[in-house]
Amino acid sequence: MAKRIDVEDVNVYYSEFLAIEGASIKIAPLSVTAFIGPSGCGKSTFLRILNRMHEVIPGGRVSGKVLLDGEDLYGPGVDPVNVRRTVGMVFQKANPFPTMSIYDNVIAGYKIAGSKKNRGQLDDIVEQSLRRSNLWEEVKHRLNRPGASLSGGQQQRLCIARAIAVEPSVLLMDEPCSALDPISTLAIEDLITELKATYTIVIVTHNMQQAARVSDRTAFFNLAGVGQPGKLVEYDETAKIFSNPTQRATEDYISGRFG
Amino acid sequence: MSRPSNAATAARTPGVPNKKSDLVGARLPKWAPYGAGAGAVVLALGLRSLLDWTGWYTAFFTAAVLFIVILTAWSFSVEGRRRAKDRFATTLICSSFVGAIVPLVLILGYIGIKGVSVFSADFFLKSMNGVTSRQDGGGLYHALVGTLELVLIAAVIALPIGILTAIYLVEYGRGKFAKAVTFFVDVMTGVPSIVAGLFVYTFLLLGFGMRPFGAAGAIALAILMVPVSVRASEEMLKLVPRDLREASYALGVPKWRTIVKVVLPTAMSGLITSSLLAIARVAGETAPLILLVGYTARINFNPFSGDQATLPMMVWDQLGKRSGTTSNDLTEARAWGAALTLVLLVLILNVGARLLARLARPKTH
Repeated sequence: MAKRIDVEDVNVYYSEFLAIEGASIKIAPLSVTAFIGPSGCGKSTFLRILNRMHEVIPGGRVSGKVLLDGEDLYGPGVDPVNVRRTVGMVFQKANPFPTMSIYDNVIAGYKIAGSKKNRGQLDDIVEQSLRRSNLWEEVKHRLNRPGASLSGGQQQRLCIARAIAVEPSVLLMDEPCSALDPISTLAIEDLITELKATYTIVIVTHNMQQAARVSDRTAFFNLAGVGQPGKLVEYDETAKIFSNPTQRATEDYISGRFG
Repeated sequence: MSRPSNAATAARTPGVPNKKSDLVGARLPKWAPYGAGAGAVVLALGLRSLLDWTGWYTAFFTAAVLFIVILTAWSFSVEGRRRAKDRFATTLICSSFVGAIVPLVLILGYIGIKGVSVFSADFFLKSMNGVTSRQDGGGLYHALVGTLELVLIAAVIALPIGILTAIYLVEYGRGKFAKAVTFFVDVMTGVPSIVAGLFVYTFLLLGFGMRPFGAAGAIALAILMVPVSVRASEEMLKLVPRDLREASYALGVPKWRTIVKVVLPTAMSGLITSSLLAIARVAGETAPLILLVGYTARINFNPFSGDQATLPMMVWDQLGKRSGTTSNDLTEARAWGAALTLVLLVLILNVGARLLARLARPKTH
């Protein structure tokens, strides 16, 4: 089931460099939250701490608390592998596994992890996941073709199918549409709206119209200057952020007067 | 500007008569390199007869230098400084290519011509047992068996170590220990093969008081193979995009399973190539085998007991059987035959590597 996320006063580091300082946020279950902000402000980094992907980068570490339904992701004894099973992720660049077919890509989470599901169960998972990512009709006749044979937009939807096939509670999306044309972008935005019924979704985007279209709440990140840590400036209802933000920096960024 | 008239005519824009285009520069005619080449050869031949040079090497290199000088100077006078530099660099690069390829072709051609004359079914199916240097016949079966066994044993020892070390360096290695491993692998790449042979000789043969045997040579070959395999495999693993590892982690897959199921299959094509190239690298190694394996004219299938023949050692043995300075056609032909077989073996390994790599490459269609 979808879960809520509470981040409490988190600092994020790359080795000694403080990338994000003192960020706190409460994300409700079954909602879409958008992270916006200029490049390098730490919004992708902040997204990656929500499923402990930040520590994959050498020197990456976090202080503070990230609670998933009240359970601290960084508590003692927590296995990052289990965290990532609960909190799925879709990346900026579509990255289907090049050695696998479309079918195998969708069930990669089970297949690579060595799950003992039988063929019938896997068939069901593939069909369901592809249907929910709006890709089924396009690929149902060629499930055994390589995942890399699809177009960029289809590949990204394949990656979304792969992420939801393992039934996470939260879905993180790191600029999922930045490499896609407007039609594929629209397909993925529609998909996000549909997926909201089942998942808690957090999306990083550079496209402010996109944030306004798909999200319920929006967080604006900013940094004071080069070498300074990024900060969470404002977090509120999307409608309020885009019409009547309380912070001056947010208003400048939204209206394009920034910098 | 004084430019040759044909270039000037070409430079005129059709619609605007007598107006010179800024975009079209003067060019040498298409035949210029050939003309310069012919001129250089003629000049060199003239110098040769004039200065009474004997032999052809000096004339050849004089012609090559003259060619570069003539073409660059001609280009400079007509086309200007930038084009002249381009001509100079192009000529230099092309002659380097020819300089690199000519010895290679000569060696392969010579081995081919000399070696193929002795090839027959018997040559591949018989040993040298009982065949004296003055007798016709005999073959390299015993040496082929030895080389294949030794290379196989060396590969079985070295490739797992090499690939696992590469996985450690790419996926886990951080800090000083990984740096030290990389450093020592680099140092080992440059270790002369006789040193590896000496090492095994001291520790295995002297240490345990054993007679030379095949597997001892295979261990020395493995020592030579490991660094080649590590370096090549490391490069191949580094080519696997970070994205794929992250995609796998994000699905809740443990790191070791990510390596086994995502990284290795994606890099498989490159790993096969790197492994077979490492094998090819040691297949012709001779020095450690002199110490560790010895040579025998008989067929010995057992790599763990007694001397074994190998192809490079057979070349050495047959050439050594010349009586004094007079050549012996029979042993020499067999030596060339063994050398050609060794070259063909390496060739087959290389072609095989490419074919396997193509089969293992991720498909996009």
